[in-house]
Order: sequence, then C-alpha cells, then structure tokens
Amino acid sequence: MSDYNFAYLDEQTKRMIRRSILKGLAVPGYQVPFASREMPMPYGWGTGGVQVSAATLTPDDTLKVIDQGADDTTNAVSIRKFFEKTAGVDTTEETAEASVIQTRHRIPEAELTEDQILVYQVPIPEPLRFLEPRETETRKMHALEEYGLMHVKLYEDISQHGAIATAYAYPVKVEGRYVMDPSPIPKFDNPKMEMAAIQLFGAGREQRIYALPPYTQVVSLDFEDYPFEASKADHPCDLCGAEDSYLDEVILDDAGSRMFVCSDTDYCRSRCEAGHSGRLGEEAA
Amino acid sequence: MIELNNVSKSFILHNQGSAVIPVMQNATLCVKPGECVGLTGVSGAGKSTLMRVIYGNYLAASGSVVVGGVDVAKAEPREILALRRETLGYVSQFLRVVPRVPTLDVVAEPLLAVGTPVGQARDKAASLLAQLNIPEPLWGLSPTTFSGGEQQRVNIARGFAYDYPAMLLDEPTASLDAQNRTTVLGLIDTAKARGAAIIGIFHDEAARETVCDCFVDVSDFSPKAMA
Amino acid sequence: MTPLLQVKNIKKFYGSRIGCTDVTFDLYPGEVMGIVGESGSGKSTLLNSLAGHLAPDCGEVVFDTRADGPVDTVTMSEAERRMLSRTDWAFVHQHARDGLRMSVSAGGNIGERLMAVGDRHYGSIRERAADWLGRVEISENRIDDRPSAFSGGMQQRLQIARNLVTGPRLVFMDEPTGGLDVSVQARLLDLLRGLVREMGLSAIIVTHDLAVVRLLADRLMVMKDGRVVETGLTDQVLDDPQHSYTQLLVSSVLQV
Repeated sequence: MSDYNFAYLDEQTKRMIRRSILKGLAVPGYQVPFASREMPMPYGWGTGGVQVSAATLTPDDTLKVIDQGADDTTNAVSIRKFFEKTAGVDTTEETAEASVIQTRHRIPEAELTEDQILVYQVPIPEPLRFLEPRETETRKMHALEEYGLMHVKLYEDISQHGAIATAYAYPVKVEGRYVMDPSPIPKFDNPKMEMAAIQLFGAGREQRIYALPPYTQVVSLDFEDYPFEASKADHPCDLCGAEDSYLDEVILDDAGSRMFVCSDTDYCRSRCEAGHSGRLGEEAA
Repeated sequence: MIELNNVSKSFILHNQGSAVIPVMQNATLCVKPGECVGLTGVSGAGKSTLMRVIYGNYLAASGSVVVGGVDVAKAEPREILALRRETLGYVSQFLRVVPRVPTLDVVAEPLLAVGTPVGQARDKAASLLAQLNIPEPLWGLSPTTFSGGEQQRVNIARGFAYDYPAMLLDEPTASLDAQNRTTVLGLIDTAKARGAAIIGIFHDEAARETVCDCFVDVSDFSPKAMA
Repeated sequence: MTPLLQVKNIKKFYGSRIGCTDVTFDLYPGEVMGIVGESGSGKSTLLNSLAGHLAPDCGEVVFDTRADGPVDTVTMSEAERRMLSRTDWAFVHQHARDGLRMSVSAGGNIGERLMAVGDRHYGSIRERAADWLGRVEISENRIDDRPSAFSGGMQQRLQIARNLVTGPRLVFMDEPTGGLDVSVQARLLDLLRGLVREMGLSAIIVTHDLAVVRLLADRLMVMKDGRVVETGLTDQVLDDPQHSYTQLLVSSVLQV
C-alpha cells in the first residue's frame, strides 16, 4: 500500500463524482457537470475516465485498461500502473476477468456481463459542438430536444462523400431522448452499446459525466434512405482469422504490404491460443 | 358607385412653419354604374388631387368618399387594399413597378391578385398588349426600360386587365397616336357598357366629348377663403 | 377574419431608456407591413421583441397558431416558441451570416429546418433543397457549396430559402436589402414580392429604405424615439404624410 488515499482521489471528491455518476445513470445520456480535478497526467490522456474509475473502484475490483482495444500501449499501461500503485487493486488483460474496464476509443469484442462496468475516456462530450459553438445554445437544444442539427451533420456527410462518412464518435439517441456522443469509438461498436454492463463516460477537461444503465436503448442516428451501418475493414484478422472483430490496418514495409489485425489484443490472443489462425498467423506466432 | 360628400383636403407642412395649404373644399359628386364623369378645370385646380383622394392615396381631411360601400376616408388600410384589388382601378400617369418583372406579368398582376389562374391572366394580358400595339418581343422585358409612350400603354393595359366596377383614369389618352387613342376609347366604352363607374381626366377635348356623360369642374371645389 | 398577429401594447426598455413603447397593431393573413424610422428609433427592438429574440417588458404578441388558434407568444413556453420560430415563423437577418450556418453547405442550410421538424429522408430533403435553390435563383449545382463561397446577394437569397422551406406563415425581415448594391436589391425585392404573393405570406419588414417599403409593404408604421408616430396605407403615408417626422423623412430621400 502506498501513501495515497485509496485510488488517489480523496473521499470527498469521490463522493462528489459518484453523485454525478448516479445522476447520469438516472438520466441516461444527459451530461452531468462535475468538478473535475487536476490529475497527475495531461488532459487528453484520460483524466475524465481516471476520475470516474477512481470513484468506481473498490479494493475487491479487478481492473483492465485498454487504449484503442490494446492492453499494452503507453496510455493503457500507465493508467493500469497508476491504479496498481494508488489503489492496489488487481489488474488483468482478460476481458472476462475484469470487473471495471477503462477504455479509450473501443468496446471489447467479448460480450460484457451484468457485473462489469465499462468506463470511457471522453475528449469532447458535446455531440452538437462542431455545429453549434455556444454552450448556452447546445444546453438549450438538449433541454428542448432540438436535434435537427445532428442530422445536418449527417446530411453534409452524404452530400460530400455519398455515404455517412462519420466512422467514429457516431452520434446516438438514448432511450428516445438525449442525443449523446459515444466518445470516439468506431461506429462498428455502436450496436454493442445496448449491453448488460453499466457504461460510464468521463470528460475531464470538459468536466462532464454521462452514463448508460444496463440494457438502455441506444439508437444510431441515420436517414431512412441511408441507414446506419456498423462498418469495419472487409478482411479477416491476419493473425487469428476472426471475421467478426474490428480490425487495425498495419503497414509492414515501404513496398505496400500490410496486414489487418484485431484491435482487441485480448480477443486476438485468446483466439490464437484456442488454435485459430489467420493468413499470417503461423509466421507471426 | 362612387359618391363624394363635402370632401375637403389640405396639406399641413410641419417642417415649413406649419404652413397650411388648403387645396379642396366641399367636393361633392356622384358617379353611377355605367357612367363616365370627366373632371375639368385648369392645371393646378386639383383634378389629380381629387382622384388621389378617391383612391385613398391622399387622406381626406373631412367629408366622406364612398366607393362600392366603403368610405375610403375612414377605412382601415386592409379595407382600402381589398377595395383596390376588387373594386377600384386606377390608371395613373406614371408606371410604378418592381424593376425586372416582365411586362406580361406586370399587366397580368391585377388578375393574379384576385386569384385568376396564371394561364388565363397571361392570355388576357397578351391580348391587351396586342391591342395596344406593344410589340411582342417586348413582353418578356421589364417596362422600366420602355419609352414614355410604351410605358403609358402598358399602364393602361394593366388598368384594364381586370374588370373593375369603378375606375379612375388620369389622362389615359395623353401622348397616344390616333390608332392607340381609338383603342383606349374603345376600352373605356366597353368598361362603361359592362357597368363600370368611371371618373376621368382628359385634356384631349374630342376624347372627352366622346366618352364622358357629364362633367364636373374641379375649380368649384377650390377653397374660397383663400381668395 | 382573425388577425394572424395581434400586437398589444408592447414595451421594451433598456434600463430607463426606451427601446420601444406602446406599440399596438393587428396583422392580417397575407398582409405585408413595413416599419420605417431612423437608426435608433426602436424598429429593430420592436421586431426582435415580436419575434421572441427579446423579452418585452410588457404587452402581448398573440399569434394565430394552426393547432390552438390565437396564443400569446410572450407567455408561451420557450419550447413552443422555438418550435414556432422553426415552423410557422421565419426571420431574415440583415447580415446573411447571422442567419446562415457558414460552415454548412447550401443544401444543408436549407435542409436544417426540415430535419428539425423530423424529416429523415435524405433524398427528399435534398430534392426540396434543390427546388428552393431554384426558386431563389441559385443554380442547383451550387447545392454542395458553402455560403462563404457565395456573393452577398446569393447569401441573402439562400437565407430566404432556408427560412421559407417549411412554408412559414409569418416572416420577420430586418433590413433584408441592406448592404446590397442596387441591382442585387431589385432582384431580391422582385423575388420577395413573388414569394409573398405565391405563398400568401404575411411579413413585417424593418427598413430605413422607403423605396423598399413602397414596393413590398401594404401598410406602413413610422417610428421615432421608440414610439409609433404614424400608420397607414403605404402609398398614403409616403405621398401624403401627416406627421411632421414622416414629412421630414419623406422629403429627405434623395432623388436619383
């Protein structure tokens, strides 16, 4: 145990954050303001998600941290180390083992269960922000359910690209009421948001928390003649052969060779261990 | 149809020492359907002023100006607008239109205003323009660029497009050649025949004698007190 | 006939200074009313108070709604008022950039009101946007261009299309031809006049340009120091002004 209070934040702060989380759960999709604290990491590195995780963790929890689906990138490793040091909780890379999962920009491939909590790091929580810069106005638009502008963004997409080109942070409507930014997850993950686990969203710089209780209805916005599509690269994983997972494209050399691999490293590893193999599976292994 | 009772009019020039200029007193006249009354009097006697009072363009200071049952001197703006749309036509000496609108539409406008189908309104406008010898190539152009005589004929065509029960004609035959003059007099006769009550100002004596049933000398309404 | 808009005793003060006061009038369907007066006479304050952009200190602005008949828009809920301003009302700003989304294409600008009232079919939204571009005389192939690439006159026409696409019944215009050169003005006036007649619109137009009201407005209201000094038929007020201020205003117009 270290000299830090459990999970770094003091108890008063955690209570304040928990109140915001509870309010967020009570009003799904509504952005609850909270007094975001300075954290020992720069903004953009997940200060919001870390504060939500800190307020959520108990000594019995097992924590998993992923960054774009991977457990072993800098951001994921440092946040995992941070909580190992300040909270002394167990950590894991296996999705099924974790009780709290903090994520940056992905939802794990394995289906989450009712005893798990998924914490998202959110850079800009306001889905209307790029079209309407005034905070007073966007709040009013949420209050009065004036969401025509969201479709203007999708309209612009189709008129410029022939299809809805928004590939991540794809806006959703929660329980037929609030339009919400799902954080920059690929739109491939949008359908997974109707899940058994609790989903909490923390934006540190913007000082907002919002949440989805289990089994909340989450509908991706679209047009009747341009329906929502959860798209991914049209390949199987080159390592594990999975055809149903979201893929990262990796450039291999300067001669144009490339490979597609699961962005969820835990999913890919467990498939390889179970004997599945893709195009480059043998040589990579 | 048109009935004036003791109408008087004066202008008060607030910005020039509040000078009061009386221009008309106790104007009284009556025009029945199918009748054409000619206004006479020297220039400046107030013929055009009287017409403008009847049209509601000038506000009568006292008296009543009843046209088709509406007292123009007291009516609300929208009652006067309805009157101008449906009952009272006015051919002034000047054509005032939005630049850029084609002549054909300028002439058809009074018909469109009362809900005539576009095709029918344009046909009527075309036939009037043809009667008044406006060359067809000009129909699609704005009359703002036309010569004075052409503009006046467009103005007349516009005034006669819709069959108003009451009409005010300010110098309709001025500066027209013989052929067009005959056409215009014919239009006036037709209007009379269908029962329109007309008040006209004609400097052209021959025309005056042909179409007018009686005359009113506007000098009789000149304010006597000033003299 | 029920008036479309009944304005009763509207007052708006800025502290102890008068914005506008004691304004009362009725506007009937299909009527176009002009409000003229010099800068600072309170005409824009009045227009903004009527359109719900400013809360008047007292008075009523009763609008004949489609669903519930005459309702006071000053006391109705903000949600209802904003819904009204997206559907049955329209507001044309003097500066097109105040009324347009400059970072959104022309088609998106026109489509916004449609999407705001629930249209979710891209094809039909685009079709109506293209139709409206045609009606305001902007070539259809500019549909995906941003308004920043348009001339001032085109921006103003785009703003009008964006406002009229939902078929409003009442249009507020604040100096719609201000800042445009005269040939562009003439085209815009002609367009507005055509649309007003074709759609049976009622409109309230604030301007200091007397030529504009002569062509567009049926009725005129002259304001000075926050008060209405004269009202009447447009040509009557302009040709036979009764109030000393109106006489000054009319006689001050420069002749070409």
